[in-house]
Amino acid sequence: MAISRDEVLHVARLARLALTDEEIERLGAQLNAILEAVGKVAELDLEGVEPTAHPLEVVNVWAEDEPRPCLSVEEALANAPDREEGFFRVPPA
Amino acid sequence: MIDTLRLTAEDAARLIASGEVSGAELHRAYLDAIAERDGEIHAYLTTVEEAEGDGVPIALKDVISTKGVETTAGSKILAGYVPVADSTVAARCREARLPLIGKTNLDEFAMGSSTENSAYGPSHNPWDPTRVPGGSSGGSAAAVAAGLAPWALGSDTGGSIKQPAALCGLVGLRPTYGTVSRAGIVAFASSLDQVGPITKTVRDCARLYWIIAGRDPADSTTVEHPDAIAIPQAEDLKGLKVGVPKELNEAEGIEPGVSEAVNRTIELCSELGAEVGETTLPRSVEYGLPCYYLIAPSEASSNLARYDGVRYGLRVGNGDIRSMYEKTRDEGFGDEPKRRIMLGTYALSAGYYDAYYGQAQKVRTIIRDEFTAALGQFDLLVSPTSPTVAFPLGARTENPLAMYLSDVLAIPPNMAGLPGLSIPCGLSEGLPVGLQLIGPQFSENLLFRAGHALENALGFDYVPERLR
Repeated sequence: MAISRDEVLHVARLARLALTDEEIERLGAQLNAILEAVGKVAELDLEGVEPTAHPLEVVNVWAEDEPRPCLSVEEALANAPDREEGFFRVPPA
Repeated sequence: MIDTLRLTAEDAARLIASGEVSGAELHRAYLDAIAERDGEIHAYLTTVEEAEGDGVPIALKDVISTKGVETTAGSKILAGYVPVADSTVAARCREARLPLIGKTNLDEFAMGSSTENSAYGPSHNPWDPTRVPGGSSGGSAAAVAAGLAPWALGSDTGGSIKQPAALCGLVGLRPTYGTVSRAGIVAFASSLDQVGPITKTVRDCARLYWIIAGRDPADSTTVEHPDAIAIPQAEDLKGLKVGVPKELNEAEGIEPGVSEAVNRTIELCSELGAEVGETTLPRSVEYGLPCYYLIAPSEASSNLARYDGVRYGLRVGNGDIRSMYEKTRDEGFGDEPKRRIMLGTYALSAGYYDAYYGQAQKVRTIIRDEFTAALGQFDLLVSPTSPTVAFPLGARTENPLAMYLSDVLAIPPNMAGLPGLSIPCGLSEGLPVGLQLIGPQFSENLLFRAGHALENALGFDYVPERLR
């Protein structure tokens, strides 16, 4: 097993997912099978190989520092599950 | 009476230009076809009643934000979400006066190869409704194949345009990374995502790519295409060197009927004047899929962090904020996004980053270098798009790894940011087989030229046999 039940729980907490017991069992087993398959990348000796983060040679794309129109408060809040005055309303921390 | 099954976008534009039909009448004809056939196919999640624009109508995959029209990404977590602004590609379609027919079904958050991961139920393949249309842009492909749209846009992260186009007997372009804006597209894996056309012909594909491509100040990863996109005319492949990468053509799991159709088309390349030779991608195919399934989920785990029940979408629970986040995400996401969020979070977590994500990024360099070498000897490379024809619904849903293997041939060029064009090249067991054409970055014109010449010589009929 590449990943234990405790690790599955830890990862779910990091990802803010309240998984049910059934999901922990099922996703945990699938995660193990997938990790075993993708772990294949470890076979290669890639000492000294540069990583590729992005397939295009684009660096430092600057935008002009000019004001331009943006969403109104009303538009920004249009899809909010809950709101109060001009703000998103959330439960207490 | 307009035969929407056979009408190409080019035909439609001609009818509109000659005044024989208006854009609004065409739009109506597609809505009528949807009313007649989409009960069986389920290509659409939403349709738009009023035609806006007098051009050739279009369908958009439901990851493409459309102002005032619900955009769900196939997920319950975005049910009812109505964007307040257009994505850049939707705006470009609007500027080109293409009336929106509707939003097409997909695997949730574009994660999948069959549309069976949609929270709104799967789409069906118009060639055989007991089979999948491929995915994740399966709704777009099914819509075009069933005559429910003349053309459509999909998105492709790890084969999500090429594979459904192949399984539905259509043309699909995954463009060079960075040539089409992602502003307003629901993000999955940002170093890979690209929007592109799904069409009946290569010429339609070139026309639609011409409409959507180009630099966008709202997406800093975009670049201007160095070439003016040309509508292809050539009927031969004279002067072209076509490489056949051994590993992409002999991978385990390629069905014999798929190999036969592809091999016949490779012979056709010679007959059309191309110089054909064998080449090799020693590690790209073997390590491409594992590399992808580390990089894409890692980026997805970050991109999908935004679905937290605060600014838009579903919210569940009103205890404390942390339990609200966790319940919202548990209830809102389906199994596949959860698997990928978990996998990505694990691969990026302290102690595992170097072994997984870091190593995968180095493998990506190896893949780029191998394609650069092969494309140094050849103008373009060919292979099957998918190892199999359309598979029965349910055949791969219980085994995520079997589903992932659907894209084993489509993924490697994506890792290198290369464009790929899938064209139908024949039938196996009565179902379409796709040929994948791969070129260097920005070689879309070359892919269109070769694809058009082959399409012309092949004479494939894109109307599904059972609907003729």
